Parts: sequence; structure tokens; C-alpha cells
Amino acid sequence: MEGQSIKFGKNFVTTEEFLAQGHTFCTGCGEALALRLACKALGRHVIIANATGCTEVCTSPLPVTSWRVPWIHTLFENTAATASGIEAGLKILMKKGKTPEKNIKCVAVAGDGGTTDIGIQALSGAFERNHDFLYLCFDNEAYMNTGIQRSSATPYGASTTTAPAGKLSIGQTTWKKNLPEIAVAHNIPYVATASPGYPFDLMNKVKKGGDIKGPAYVHIFSPCPTGWRHATDLAIEIGRLAVETGIFPLYEVENGRYKLNIDRPKLKPVEEYLKTQGRFRHLLDEEIEKIQEHVNEEYAKLKAKVACFST
Amino acid sequence: MSERIGLEASHAAAEAARMADVDVIAAYPITPQTHIPERLAEMVANGELDAAYIPVESEHSAMSTCVGAAAVGARTFTATAGPGLEYMHNVLYVASAMRLPVVMTVANRALSAPLSIWGDHSDAMSVRDTGWIQVFCQNSQEAFDMTLWAFRVGEDAGVLLPVMVHLDGFHLTHVTEPVILPEQEEVDKFLPKFHYPFALDPDKPMTLGAFAPPDVYSEAKVAQEVALRKSKAVVIKGFEELGDIFGRYYHPVEPYKTEGAKTLLLTMGSFSETAKTVIDAKKDRGESVGLINLRLWRPFPFKELRQAVKSAEILIVFDRCISFGGPGGPVSSEIRSTLYDEKQRPKVVSFIGGLGGRDMSAKDFEYVIDRGREIAENGSEELYETVGIRGKVTDIRG
Ligand SMILES: Cc1ncc(C[n+]2csc(CCOP(=O)(O)OP(=O)(O)O)c2C)c(N)n1
Ligand code: SF4
Ligand SMILES: [Mg+2]
Repeated sequence: MEGQSIKFGKNFVTTEEFLAQGHTFCTGCGEALALRLACKALGRHVIIANATGCTEVCTSPLPVTSWRVPWIHTLFENTAATASGIEAGLKILMKKGKTPEKNIKCVAVAGDGGTTDIGIQALSGAFERNHDFLYLCFDNEAYMNTGIQRSSATPYGASTTTAPAGKLSIGQTTWKKNLPEIAVAHNIPYVATASPGYPFDLMNKVKKGGDIKGPAYVHIFSPCPTGWRHATDLAIEIGRLAVETGIFPLYEVENGRYKLNIDRPKLKPVEEYLKTQGRFRHLLDEEIEKIQEHVNEEYAKLKAKVACFST
Repeated sequence: MSERIGLEASHAAAEAARMADVDVIAAYPITPQTHIPERLAEMVANGELDAAYIPVESEHSAMSTCVGAAAVGARTFTATAGPGLEYMHNVLYVASAMRLPVVMTVANRALSAPLSIWGDHSDAMSVRDTGWIQVFCQNSQEAFDMTLWAFRVGEDAGVLLPVMVHLDGFHLTHVTEPVILPEQEEVDKFLPKFHYPFALDPDKPMTLGAFAPPDVYSEAKVAQEVALRKSKAVVIKGFEELGDIFGRYYHPVEPYKTEGAKTLLLTMGSFSETAKTVIDAKKDRGESVGLINLRLWRPFPFKELRQAVKSAEILIVFDRCISFGGPGGPVSSEIRSTLYDEKQRPKVVSFIGGLGGRDMSAKDFEYVIDRGREIAENGSEELYETVGIRGKVTDIRG
């Protein structure tokens, strides 16, 4: 039974849930919210391949499951390859008449660790081979499931359990790996960034990514109260602040053409974002200044790319 | 009418996959496996085979892609060798535990370092406990037959397990021999269409590969173990059906001229054929010898093995792999353990050789048998002895 749709302004959202309650995500988890919204946008005609991580562990403890759509978890590092098999398998089975023709989208779900680090080879391969699948990266900027260890998506200056702030260190000393740009470099038809702070934008992008033929990638900012040490009622606000400060801009790249979805004439200072989270608490003014400069620079680069395509 | 043609063992395996009408092939090239995926890619490109050939970026992704494809109900095939098998190790356990009947040819190859592209059984032994059904082949005909058989057994509704078919790298993969290819109708009679009962399908949502807390995991693993052991009945039934349709009968343990033989040599894979010539020659000279070709490696054929060797006095086991720091070659230690509780059992002597492509000539096997008998009589300084290897392994009894 399809659920009803409820109208929010000009957006329609189904009341149906494909990720059932009873999961074990932490209270106030931005990743859980983003995943739930993504599932609403995708609907029931999907097969999900999930990497190890919070999205998997919190939804599938035997003998129960939160999944109301077909779902498979194999390992941490290989989700794009598992998805490749699902996509190619379905396609050939339908072509050979061994499975009835149906419109089924294969969707890969993984965290930032499963995407930017251990799974990047499989992901790059699947993009390059042009599989018709959607890859959703839920970026909570560390390996949360295993206890807040740093990943290559952890932002500069954040304290994690394997890059802790201490007398001699500010925590993470490298800049966040820009996976959306790496996805763009594969010349795939659709790349987007999204955030549960902007739920309709998120759902529209996931839906678009699901509808597009060929590989699509949506990188979803996923505030994590446990790992970021922020209040449990702040995930949405922090999601919005990340956009308003330019730290995590919302944009789409369709067939190589950049579009900024939310463009603020003036960005808020990064400090407003950083001060909401315990992981940045140790940062001194000079480090905050360095982050500000970096954000300004990256934002300008992005705007320049967008400008190339504005007519 | 079936036809008899000259076929490289690699191409025989590919031909079997074609005649099985596989749906998905995901493979990554590695010597000495390359001729298999190359041939399959060619078949797909020429329209001889209607399949998705997925040129993945690694063996890890090859097996992961096979897992994904099998989970939607596709008949799935891959091939690899040595380091490639190691690289997909993690995923091998997933395929078996999730009960996905992927079929894989392994062109047995040594493991680095030092790098060697040539054959031995180190790769096979390292995946011994991954939960796959595993068989070894002696020649091209078997490469064809066992590949077809692998689909038949793995996909059986009462089995649903992945199957590994081992072909000795170069010594078998690159050898052209006469192969009898059956008619498609015969193949179709032997191999029913694949119907995977748990295929991922939005109309019937299922959760596959959930995580298991400690109160569930043990039961899941024991269930898997039971499934693999129980598969032996289908393994044998598959051999029988194959024999009845194609006229070639195979067995988990294959004795060769063992009637009344006091000394038995046990080998696996293509080297068994060389060893047979030695048995023939020795028999002609009146020696009381015979050979055991161990075809089925997993599930291990305990009953058949005990039966086959019970009247012998000496059993010489030849391994192509070192179990570093362990109790001799991996095959010999399994056989010792298989026979340990038997009241009447032969003395087991362990030899290791044929590593990294080192050839084992008929003379070498003669030495193994002669020296094996001496060891059985007088004992040896060593836990196991090597053959055809320069330098002596001393003091390994510890
Ligand atoms: C091969 C392998 N290495 C390491 C792990 C341990 N591990 C499981 S989940 C995980 C981190 C997941 O991080 P991420 O992908 O960012 O997802 P999150 O939990 O943060 O949502 C790690 C390191 C594993 N399961 N498999
Ligand atoms: S650790 Fe973070 S991402 Fe994981 S469930 Fe808790 S809040 Fe969500
Ligand atoms: Mg993470």
C-alpha cells in the first residue's frame, strides 16, 4: 500500500516509511534523519546495498530489521562493487527474460569512511564502468560506528579518537577530502551535495539521482551528536549553519554543469558553526582564522565553476 | 552428437561457463587465470554468450560483484589465481555464509613474496576454511566437467553454496588436451535453470547480511557448517548424474590401482596424472603401490578416504604448500587427523614439493615413493621432507 502524500509548501512528501522505527541510531542522529528522508524520496522500487557503519549496524540486528525495502549488507569496503553486481545482474536477467521487466533502482549506502577511504577503489571502478546506480554517502566526518576515529573526510581541526587534540596537536591536521569533486572527475551524469538541514532539497536530489540513467552520487552531510559532541536537538541547525558558513555548500553537477542550490550573498563566519560542537572546542583564534581562509578560498573556487555555466 | 576437440583447460572452463549460460561474469586478470576471462569476454563480444561481462577493478570487487549479482538471482562466474584469491579473501566468507552459489575457477598460483606467477597450492590451502565446496582437476576434460558440475551442485536448492574449481596454474591451465564437448541438450538435462529462492526483489523485501549479536552468530555459523557437510550427498549425486549423462564418472576420492597395494601415494590436481605413470611403472616391476587422487577437498570426504586407505601400510601424502611453522603439509595434516582414530590405519609420511611452478617429474615421484617407504620403516629426522628442493630443511621436528 502506497502511503499518502502530505504537502509542505510546494513539496509533497509520502507518509510511508521504508526505514522503520525501532532502529538503534543515537538520539538526534542527523544520519538517521537523512537516511529516512532519502528512503522516502526513493520509494519502494529499490534494492539497497549498504556498507558496514552506523547505517547498517543501527538498522539490522538479527533477528529484526528496520528495512521495508530489499536490502543487502556484505562488507565495509565493497559496497559499490556489490551494487555493480546487483545492477548488472538485474539488467541481464531482464534482458534474457529470466526476471520480469521492472523498474528497480540499485542504491548504495555508505558512510564517509566506507566511501572516501576504504571503499574509494570500488566506487571509482563502479563509476568508471558506468553502472546505472545511485550512491549515497552519509558523511558524519569520521568512523562513528567504531568510536569516532578520523577519516579522510574529517575536517581540519576536529578532534577524533585517532587524531585527538592534545598539547602538540590540534586534532585533524589535513583538509577534508573533497569526494564530490572526485566523483565529478569521473564524468558521471549527476553529482550533488545535500543536508538534512534542507530536507526537501535533499529529497529532490536523491530522487533525481535515482531517476537519472547511469551513475549518480549524492554526498549527504550528516551531523552526529555523539561524535561531534553537539546537543541532540541541533542536527538540523548545524546542517543549516554548515551551508550558511560555506563549510558545506549545497550544489549539483549535472553532466558537468555546476549549480549552487543555496547561494547566500554573504557567508556567516565559520566560528558560528565551529562553536556548536565539542570536537572543535580546543581551536584557538589563529586556527579558526586559517579555517575561515580555507573556506573562503574553496567557496570562491566553487563559485567560479558555477559562473562558468551561468548564462 | 558430442564432439572431441583439442582445448586448453582454461578454455574448457570458459566453454563450460558458456554452456551453463552464465548471466554475470566479473573478473580481474591475473596470470595464469587470464585465458579464462579473456575467452569469456570474447564470447560475449561475439554474441556466443548472452552475459554481462564486468571488467571490475580488482578481485575484491570481482567477488563482491558476483555476490551482488547472485543475490538478485543471476548465475554468476569468476576466475582468479594466487594473489587475486587472497585479495578477495574477505568476500569469500560472505559468499558462502550468505549462501550464494557463485562458481569460481582458481588457476592455482604461488603467493608472494618472492613474486611467482607459477603454480602451487598455497592459494587453495589459504581459503580452505572459507566455507566453499572445493574440487581439484587433473586435466582439461575435468576442467570442463567440474565447472558444469559446480553450477549443478552449488545451485541445488538443498545446497546453495559457492563452489571453487581448482586448476593447477600453467601445468593445467595452459595445457591443450582432447576434450569431449557435450551437446547443449545434454548440458540442459544435467543443469537445470537457476532459481535462487532468496533473490532481492522490491515485491518481496528481504534483509540479507544483517549483523548478528553473540546470541545469534554461533547458530548462524553452525547452520552454515551443517549445510556444507550435508552438501556431500548432492556432490556425489552430481557426480553420478554427470556420469549417467556424459559417461564420465567422478568420485570424491579416486583410487588408482590400489587393490592390495601396501604403499599408497596421495596427490591432488594435475600432478596425479604424472604420479599415475610412476605407479604403472612400479607395478610393472612388481612393486606393491597405488595412487589416491583426492578430488573433493571440501566438504572433506572422510568416509571415502578412510575406506580407500584402510588396507595400506604406508600412505605418502604429497603437498604443494608449506604450512609455515605447522605440522607438515596442510593436506597431510588433515589426513593424519582423519585417520588418527582408526584402529587400522597406514603410517602417514608427508612430502612437500612442486612449489612456485617447480616441476615434479616421474623421477621425482619415484623418489617420493621410495624415500617414503624408507621413512615409514626407519623414521626421519624431519617432520616432513621436501622433494626436488636445493638445501635441506633441518631441525624442523622441533
Ligand atoms: C575491512 C574492514 N575494516 C574495518 C572495519 C571496521 N569498521 C566498521 S564500520 C567502520 C567505520 C565506519 O565509518 P563510516 O563509513 O564513516 O560510517 P559511520 O559509522 O560513520 O556512519 C569501521 C572502521 C570493517 N568492518 N571492515
Ligand atoms: S554515532 Fe553518530 S552517526 Fe552513528 S548513530 Fe550515533 S549519532 Fe548517528
Ligand atoms: Mg562516518
